Formats: sequence, structure tokens, C-alpha cells
Amino acid sequence: MLKNSLIILLLAFTTGFAMQSQAGGSILPEIPEAQARFSEDQGCVEPTAEMRRNHMQYILHQRDETVHEGIRTNQYSLNECINCHVSDAEDAPRVSSEEHFCNSCHSYAAVSIDCFQCHADRPAKTTNIHLPSTGGTPEQLATENLRMLESEGIAHE
Amino acid sequence: MSEESGIDIYRRRFLSGSATAAAGMAIVPGVFLHEIGHAKPAADPVTSDVRWGMLIDSNKCAEGCNDCVKACNDEHGLTGHDRPATDAQWIRKVKLKDKQTGHTQTLPLLCQHCEHPPCVDVCPTGASFKRHDGIVLVDKHICIGCRYCMMACPYKARSFVHETLQDQLPHAPRGKGTVESCTFCVHRVDNDGTPACVEACSAENHNAMVFGDLNDTSSEISKQLRQHSTSQIRADLQLNTGVRYRGI
Repeated sequence: MLKNSLIILLLAFTTGFAMQSQAGGSILPEIPEAQARFSEDQGCVEPTAEMRRNHMQYILHQRDETVHEGIRTNQYSLNECINCHVSDAEDAPRVSSEEHFCNSCHSYAAVSIDCFQCHADRPAKTTNIHLPSTGGTPEQLATENLRMLESEGIAHE
Repeated sequence: MSEESGIDIYRRRFLSGSATAAAGMAIVPGVFLHEIGHAKPAADPVTSDVRWGMLIDSNKCAEGCNDCVKACNDEHGLTGHDRPATDAQWIRKVKLKDKQTGHTQTLPLLCQHCEHPPCVDVCPTGASFKRHDGIVLVDKHICIGCRYCMMACPYKARSFVHETLQDQLPHAPRGKGTVESCTFCVHRVDNDGTPACVEACSAENHNAMVFGDLNDTSSEISKQLRQHSTSQIRADLQLNTGVRYRGI
């Protein structure tokens, strides 16, 4: 009995693959390329496997720290995810499209996200505050922020 | 937050009492730790060494000028549906008229960022909260949209988002079913900036609004509060507001 089911399962798999290769497409999601690399040896802010599994933990943690404590580091910021993973082109895909970075996987996994009912799903073209897009120590970031604000005439001594 | 919300009623009365007696003193408990013109490192949490506040001089506030309101709407992407009763409004111009003399004046009214915010007291989920640096915010991740805070606020400072929104700005996430109000432009303040309304007011050379650290005795706002007689709106409620007014 067990042997039979195994054979049927194996058969189902192989036919599945055969059908796929015949159609020339893959059922796996097509994930858009990011705009930049985090560092030379690492694509995202954590190893890719870790991000695929646990990105929501990082975002959730950062969310509470930012809203309640005013910690505005970039490494796990949702805005920075979007800045890097979504193109700032006029016709960049919206989150409702499967071409959008977040939705490409989420629709595949059938997990709905409500982040973008409030948050921007594309990088902003004109915002008054432009946060630096690279990582760095808090000191570097603070200096960089200040420099940018000064260049826009926002900062004051 | 915990130590401040745990403040007992006796201390609260005492502090508020002295605030009325000597407006400057109760809100300036002699903290000198804050360095002027120095951005808080992005990784550091806000502390109660700072208390953000605003001083509005209604004598300088020009009648007919709406620049602070416009600046706020632009900064946060607040758009309406031509329904004044329910459209989001974080700051509004109010006109006061002395019926006996006919003298009129205007002033901007926004979230007063109270030390003892009633909106925080009534919130059933903890979404309405006060940051350590005195800024009162809504954590929209936790807000269930019950609107108790809107009823509790004596200044009518809060709005409810009734419609599905699109194209929100990255630094100002907003969404249907949550309550929102003035954030003192927290995204700017955390980067050592000034709220958009204050900036717009100075840009027009009206300079009716001053923003700064109430705990820093050498800040412009503290100096002005020390120098001039100022008042809180509904001071009788003893909320020790972060927004003070001159000339009303």
C-alpha cells in the first residue's frame, strides 16, 4: 500500500516537472533584482536565507523601536527595503502587482500583507527628508543626516 | 514612559500648580544635558532629558495667512474630500473675537502635546502614547479606530481616517481606520529638524511659532517663556501642555 502511494507520488512529481518544462515557465515567483548590494559579500542586510525566513521579525522589531523610541537606523527600516527593492521609475509596479518585490513572493506563498495600506509601496521621489541609503555607524549616519539637512537649509546650528 | 505615567495625583497637582504659578519653572526643571544643534544619533532612543514644546505668539499670527496649515498638509500628504467635518486636520487656524471690543486675533491650534494627555489615559489598546521627549503620538499599528481619544481631547486635535488612502508619503504612513494627529513632525525632529509649520511661518517672516526644548534653559523657546507672560489653553485642566500661547 505504502509502496503504491509512493509510486503515485513520484509519478505525480515527474509529470508535474515534465509539464512545467513543456510550458517553458516556472511556478516559482520571479523576484525583481534589488537596486544595490548591502556589502561586497552580502546582498541584503542579513544573509538572503535569513531574510527570506525572518524578514518580518526584523521589520516588526524596528517598527516598535522607531515609533516609540525614535530610533531611526536604516538597516532594518521598511522605507529602506522599499528604496532598494522597488524601482523609483514612474511605472514601477505597485504592491497589488505580482511584479512588486514584496508581492512577488507573498502572492506565491498566499500570505497577505497589510503594511502598504499605510506605508508607501514605492520610493518617494520628493520628500523633504532624504535619509542616507547606505549603512554605517550611528555617528556616520548622524553626520550624514545633518549634512543633507544643511544642504536643504533645514538644519540649524 | 512608565515612570511618568505612574506619576501620582499629588505630584501631578503639585507640578501643574507650580506651572500655573510660574509658567517657566515647572517645565524647566534645570536639565542642562541637551547639547544645542547636535543631532541625536539615529540609533539612540529619545530620552526625557528633552521635552519638545512650541510657543505661538498670536499677536504675530497674521489673519488670513494659512501657511502653517498648508505646510502641514503638504508635509504629511493630507488631502481631503471637501468634507470639512471629517477631513483630516492636524493643525487649523482659529479666530478669536472679543465681543465687547470687537478685537479679533487668530492662532493656529494643533495637538498640545500635553504632559498628562487625556487621549493616552483613555486609549484601550495603548496605541495613543507619549514619547519620553513629550511628543504625543498614535501607534497606528495598534490603533483599533475606536476614537475614544478624539472624544477625550479637549482641543479637538485628532482626526480619523475614513477613506482608503493611496500614495502616502514614506515618512508619513497613514491609513483608513486609524486616528491621527500632529506629530510635531517627529520624522524631522528626530533628524534635528523643525516642524514644517514653524518653518513655513518663519519663511513668511511672521515668526509667530517657536519650536524647541523646554528642558534646555538656553533654548530660544525657554528664553522667551522666561521673558514673557504666556498661557496654556484650558489651563484649568492641568494637562501642562507643550504648546504655549502669547497674547491670548
